[in-house]
Amino acid sequence: MQDLAISIIFKGNNLLRLLDGLWITLRISLLSAALSIPLGILFGMFLTLKNPISKFIGRLYLDFIRIMPQLVLLFIVFFGITRATGLDLSAELSAIIVFVLWGTSEMGDLVRGALISIPKHQYESSEALALTKLQTYWYIIIPQTLRRLIPLTINLVTRMIKTTSLVVLIGIVEMLKVGQQIIDANRFDYPSGALWIYGVVFFMYFFSCWPISCFAKWLEKRWSDK
Amino acid sequence: MKRRILALLTAITCVFGLAACSNTSGDNAAKSTKEETNETKDSNGANARTLDEIKDSGVVKIGVFSDKAPFGYVDEKGDYQGYDVYFAERIAKDLGVKVEYTSLDPASRVEYAQTGKVDIVLANFTVTDERAEQVDFALPYMKVALGVVSPENALIKDVDELKDKTLIVAKGTTAETYFEANYPDVELQKYDAYADAYNALLDGRGDAFSTDNTEVLAWAMSNKGFKVGITSLGSIDTIAPAVQKGNDTLLNWLNDEIKTLGKEEFFHADYEETLAPVYGDAASADEIVVEGGEVEK
Repeated sequence: MQDLAISIIFKGNNLLRLLDGLWITLRISLLSAALSIPLGILFGMFLTLKNPISKFIGRLYLDFIRIMPQLVLLFIVFFGITRATGLDLSAELSAIIVFVLWGTSEMGDLVRGALISIPKHQYESSEALALTKLQTYWYIIIPQTLRRLIPLTINLVTRMIKTTSLVVLIGIVEMLKVGQQIIDANRFDYPSGALWIYGVVFFMYFFSCWPISCFAKWLEKRWSDK
Repeated sequence: MKRRILALLTAITCVFGLAACSNTSGDNAAKSTKEETNETKDSNGANARTLDEIKDSGVVKIGVFSDKAPFGYVDEKGDYQGYDVYFAERIAKDLGVKVEYTSLDPASRVEYAQTGKVDIVLANFTVTDERAEQVDFALPYMKVALGVVSPENALIKDVDELKDKTLIVAKGTTAETYFEANYPDVELQKYDAYADAYNALLDGRGDAFSTDNTEVLAWAMSNKGFKVGITSLGSIDTIAPAVQKGNDTLLNWLNDEIKTLGKEEFFHADYEETLAPVYGDAASADEIVVEGGEVEK
């Protein structure tokens, strides 16, 4: 019976359930990424301000989110807010809030790094051309930063997709949890089923992250041709 | 330097200001729910729903395990199954409402009950003194003790037979502490992981292996040549439903329900339906189920 362990993938609705789990994984991570990239760009610009108060606030936020493990943040948002205010946030909303907070801080730091890597003469030349601050950013700085940011951002998005496996701890049944449920439900009949299920989960993660990497490569190529 | 101090002060004021805001709004929210529901409130901001609120809403939220067969798991159709779930279905039926399951992990069970994110935690929740301070346990519906599994051709049926023999245990389990305290002349061989301990038994590195009886019973069923010779040993722990502390209406209803179900031997039926196919004749229902909340010690 053990050599038929692969059959548990196709037993009942198992494959469909795994795909459902994948959809939840992607929905949470891509929505969070879509929100945290623009917010992170703004936050990154905020971080480069020379004002000491803004610097302090930025630093505080960045370090707080970075030092806290994401799991702790999930628990604080999901259980802590309910405890403190009685407001009952759904698990998925809590997860998105945490991933946006986290993504914004990570993205912000990447943007800050990219911004300060732009040589000073770029700013000075645009000032010499009488461009306003906004114009300088929009026409000169941001296009150059974006190119430097792409590989880093893609790295962040794929990291987000993988980190969503933490959300099971606040009761969201995503792909990895569905996999564990299937393995456990079959552990007496198919003890070697784990290998197959984890194999399928591996490919699903791979085929979610791979197209994103391809897209990034394509973008990089297209922009360097110009 | 002055500027820095100023910045720091501003930041601190902001943080405290925010905290103060959220606190007041929290109290208001709590107060208004209190007035509406007339419910006893503990220090937590979130109130669990009372019995009437659950009935009115038409849905009872129950937290179960989704990957601990045969107690709480999800079958290939995507439906929740198992010993705990069988009971949960009955609770919903007797309340006259639908059931909505939340998949819990061991680490988050207490939090779920405390914040009222689920009405009832029914996830193989072992009653301990520490947990009882954080949540309210209803009457027990199941019990666990230690079990000892050994090869069929050298079966150990009595704990005295273990004298001067090698017993395999997993580190940090109740089995380890129990045998160290009560049977010092049993030689213990300790492993970090369950999988290693089971492999040691398969390889014959020890004469027997001991851990929770439900666990060894399930393992012996899927490993030919091994049998659980001792099915109940040591102090008995009970497993019970848990609700938010102070949610008396729901707690009392659950206690009454468990007593009523005891009269019809409901948990024996539950055992036959969900656990018997796994344990076979290796165990009997009386060693695992608790009827009417009464445990014979």
